[in-house]
Amino acid sequence: MSASAPGSATVDALLRVEDLRVSFPGKGWRAPRVEVLKGVSLDVRPGETLGLVGESGSGKTTIGRAILGLVPVRSGAITFAGERIDRVPARRRRELSRDIQVIFQDPYTSLNPSLTVGDTLSEPLLAQGYGAREARERVGGLLDRVELPADAAHRLPREFSGGQRQRVAIARALAIGPRLIVCDEPVSALDLTTQKTVLDLLVEIQERTGVAYLFVSHDLSVVRFMSHRVAVIHRGEIVETGEAAEVTAEPRHPYTRGLLLSAPVADVAAQRARREAFEREYGAAAT
Amino acid sequence: MSESAPAGAPAPPPAPPPAALGPARRTGAVRLLLRHPLGLASGAVLAAVVLAVLLAPVLSPAEPGVSSLRDAFGGPAAGHPLGFDSAGRDIVARLLHGGRNTLGGAVIALVVALALGVPSGLLAGYYGGWFDSAASWAVNLVMALPAMVVLLASRAILGPTVWVLMVVLGFLVAPAFFRLVRGIVASVRNELYVDAAKVSGLRDRRIVARHVLIVVRAPIIIQVALVSGIAIGLQAGLEFLGIGSGDTPTWGAMLNEAFKNIQRAPLLMLWPGLALGLTSGALVLLAAALRDVLEDRGAAPAARRRRTGPTTITAPRSAGACAGLLSVRDLAVSYALPGGGEREVVHGVDLDVRAGEIVGLVGESGSGKTQTAFSILGILPEGGRVCRGSVTVEGEEIVGMPERRHRELRGNVVAYVPQEPMSNLDPAFTIGSQLVEPMRCKLRISKAEATRRALELLRLVEIADPRRTFASYPHEISGGMAQRVLIAGAMSCDPRLLIADEPTTALDVRVQAEVLGLLRRLQRERDLGVLLVTHNLGVVADLCDRVAVMKQGRIVETGTAEQVLHAPQDPYTRKLLGAVLDHVPARRPWQPSNAEVS
Amino acid sequence: MLSFIARRTAAGAVLLFVISFLSYTLLSIPDIDVGRQLLGQGASQDLVDARNAALGLDRPTAVQYLDWLTHSLRGDFGTSWFSGEDVTRAIVNRLPVTVSLMIGVTLVTAVLAFLLGVWAGVRRGAVDRFVQVFAVVGYALPGFLVTLVIVLVFAVHLRWFPAIGYVGLTESFTGWLSTVTLPIASLAVGSVAGVAQQVRGSVIDVMRQDYVRTLRARGLPPWRIVFRHVVRNASAPALAVLGMQFVGMLGGAVLVEQIFGLPGIGSMTVNYTTRGDIPVIMALVVFSVTGVIVINLVVDILIGWLNPKARIT
Repeated sequence: MSASAPGSATVDALLRVEDLRVSFPGKGWRAPRVEVLKGVSLDVRPGETLGLVGESGSGKTTIGRAILGLVPVRSGAITFAGERIDRVPARRRRELSRDIQVIFQDPYTSLNPSLTVGDTLSEPLLAQGYGAREARERVGGLLDRVELPADAAHRLPREFSGGQRQRVAIARALAIGPRLIVCDEPVSALDLTTQKTVLDLLVEIQERTGVAYLFVSHDLSVVRFMSHRVAVIHRGEIVETGEAAEVTAEPRHPYTRGLLLSAPVADVAAQRARREAFEREYGAAAT
Repeated sequence: MSESAPAGAPAPPPAPPPAALGPARRTGAVRLLLRHPLGLASGAVLAAVVLAVLLAPVLSPAEPGVSSLRDAFGGPAAGHPLGFDSAGRDIVARLLHGGRNTLGGAVIALVVALALGVPSGLLAGYYGGWFDSAASWAVNLVMALPAMVVLLASRAILGPTVWVLMVVLGFLVAPAFFRLVRGIVASVRNELYVDAAKVSGLRDRRIVARHVLIVVRAPIIIQVALVSGIAIGLQAGLEFLGIGSGDTPTWGAMLNEAFKNIQRAPLLMLWPGLALGLTSGALVLLAAALRDVLEDRGAAPAARRRRTGPTTITAPRSAGACAGLLSVRDLAVSYALPGGGEREVVHGVDLDVRAGEIVGLVGESGSGKTQTAFSILGILPEGGRVCRGSVTVEGEEIVGMPERRHRELRGNVVAYVPQEPMSNLDPAFTIGSQLVEPMRCKLRISKAEATRRALELLRLVEIADPRRTFASYPHEISGGMAQRVLIAGAMSCDPRLLIADEPTTALDVRVQAEVLGLLRRLQRERDLGVLLVTHNLGVVADLCDRVAVMKQGRIVETGTAEQVLHAPQDPYTRKLLGAVLDHVPARRPWQPSNAEVS
Repeated sequence: MLSFIARRTAAGAVLLFVISFLSYTLLSIPDIDVGRQLLGQGASQDLVDARNAALGLDRPTAVQYLDWLTHSLRGDFGTSWFSGEDVTRAIVNRLPVTVSLMIGVTLVTAVLAFLLGVWAGVRRGAVDRFVQVFAVVGYALPGFLVTLVIVLVFAVHLRWFPAIGYVGLTESFTGWLSTVTLPIASLAVGSVAGVAQQVRGSVIDVMRQDYVRTLRARGLPPWRIVFRHVVRNASAPALAVLGMQFVGMLGGAVLVEQIFGLPGIGSMTVNYTTRGDIPVIMALVVFSVTGVIVINLVVDILIGWLNPKARIT
């Protein structure tokens, strides 16, 4: 593997994305390509959570998919542990799945409804050359790790609640001991109380295994809870990056400020103050 | 790359996703099919026909080709239970041997169609790209061909061998499989679980085998049954036209001979017609049964049988003491279960909304908050009904009220703002006509007047260019704009009470803040009562005067927003508030020390 | 819109060209000795060769095809090898029979299938079960079998309609009606069944859409919601099925015209095609493929009109 680029400040970055551009063919005949990412740069260090915040259509999911090799990269570089991975052959991409994993937003469609949980969990193990028996044994350990009962392996996803399914998805991501997990809105489809327990589990796993997260979410408070650092993305561009405490409390960029002020808090007085600040800065709701 | 905001809305009747068959369930499917009356009957008929035809040489009382002119048109005789045809040949023998050719031909056509259609459909659907374009173009070409002309011309080219024609027929019906498989595979390819499998390092081959084939298997089986029916029909049609090879007995050829003698012996048509009709009928019915068994498992057929609306209602307990705008007492909602019986999802809810007051109805998914809202509006989905309690709006009892009267209240007195802005606008009509229609209907005003009011409403909900929005179709506007349009629609007939079901859940936070501001302004200006269904405690803090917390179909706590948010009494409310991350301190900065690589 | 039609027409022309080329090439494979067939075994080889040369059959296939193409572009499809008829004139004479049959079936299908499908989808219950049984049976039985039964019952047994024959629309309307009623009914059974099933399915889908609930919440009367909103949204997929049925109907028309002895394109197909009469077959292919292309275009335009999202600008 070639050494990482000289002169960079954080030489020990596990994942580095530089000037990433992604575009999709436009709808209709001869329509221009739609630029989704317009030169995005970010990095994630080993054992770190980088929160990526943005609204729908901002391109935050696309960054994750580009890192996973699920969408083609137009230009720019994605480097993982010193290796360029933005244009690797299929075989190398399959090997990379040992190191880079994913947890998707929707726990209902991210599990094949006709496979048992055990089959779903042993899939990555078998793909990496584990024997059938060894895979089966590891599935038990994985279920235990995400606090699901051992008999869950024989059941189908539809027998589980959203939170439990998301635990299955987490177990699948952990199966081969990855160094980076792309978490694409992993809790936004979950209820408030379930959300909290799943986030607690993710933090606990990180502290134990040292896995790094790229944590994509639209919710500033979730990102603050999860992340060491936060990057804010708006219309395909990163507008602000910094320590979580700073970005989520005292944002510098007006867009981030708007995000923060428009998110309602569950406190009547505090919310009144926040709403008034929002209306002051962004114009009261007309009239 | 779709990034939808959190979906906190509960789906009322528990509907498991349409599950394809897992390998472990295969025997279950066969057993289910045998338990399906239609499946059993059609399966038995088909099995009998196939068996009889396979055993033709044993069962047949005579050689199919042997004719004796003396017996022509002869009725049943000893050893010849169905009598003789126009050439004095035994009908049973010809039926059995004819079935061999007819069914055998259909099998050939089917095998060719499957071999051509399924692999190409898999490839085109999974990889897309140039192969997909080329294959789809070729399929369109084949589908533009008139099958009959091609088959007749093939006879001229390839000679009168039925078997060869059946290969051509297979080629002609292959597009049915191609399109089916391609469509399903293309949609499966975009499923997150296929992405997850890719990220797990699976080869494409394995992904297709494990995730894709399972999904297309059931539809292919159904399509096989349908296409065999069609193939048999087409083949018999060809033979009826006299295209078959001379004296080979087939059902179609038998029908042809019978048709020539239709005036003299119309009954001759009965037996081959019956054989043909029964076989292809059984195949299509089998397809229908297979569809029930393989695809609709878990759907609720019983819920469909019942007409919606309350049927048996216990007398409202406390009709009096309802000074408020909306008063709900002991409301219970139940759903019909597929196997008969009912399941109660809301168990005795009490709720009040006074004029000029915003009441939050808070709960997690499945708590019954949306069901409560739908009951007040009288728009519960199929199978659901109010089974107990009382709902009064401005003192008038709604439960048990005739639908016609209830309809008059909707829009004019009680209005509805839904959750998903996009799916709640009819895609086929402009925004303007969707605003104008209810006003003309409910307020009986002219089109010009309704148009004027609609533009005014769009201005009211702070839409920058009302005229342009008025003329737009729903897909041409943004989600936030659509939600404003829906609010305008709710306000159009000057209601007193607004039922808003998670009105900002599908929106981005900045748009949410604007829409919340709009709702607050409207409520103040018009002295509206609002029942705001939400899962977001921040929205409650922002907007609500009072709050009711719901859990598993019951209200566990009611109070002012301050009381409930700052001094919760019920343990569940405390648990909810404990999960709010607003005031949780940010995570401490990353330390290189805890970085440990694999 | 105009550019859409232009593009589709161009694509259709390409399709037509490819199909005609493939058909001509494939049809030429068996190398039928037309001259010998016309003149019989007794004729001398010189006479046969002369006859073949007169028909242009002594030239390479590619040349024959080019010759056919240049003529057919001018509307001249040549003469039948075996009957010597002018193909264009023969088809133009027979076209009204088949076209009136098709139009009749399409109208009957559109009206009946929509009524049945909407009724079943909205009311459900017993009505729905009846429509579904009818749809399954109508779809299950081979079209020509249905035709035979109809002939047997209404023409042979009840004698309400003639079993055979055709009276032109221009000669006598009632005569025309009495001769086409049974053929139209025979063809309509299958297509009504197929389209009604689709209408029913999409009506049920649409009835479950969020916007229908919202329309109910706005206090609109149910009939208004059904006839204005549900039917319109359910029509697009049903129209697509109707378009597909049309292709199948062309095949059905062959059998039905043969059974009822109607002098249309269908019966012509049977009589000429099996002998390998290339000029006639080519003309039939061109006419029917053109019909399919036009119908598909019309269906797509209608769907775009019904569904603004699918509308092409």
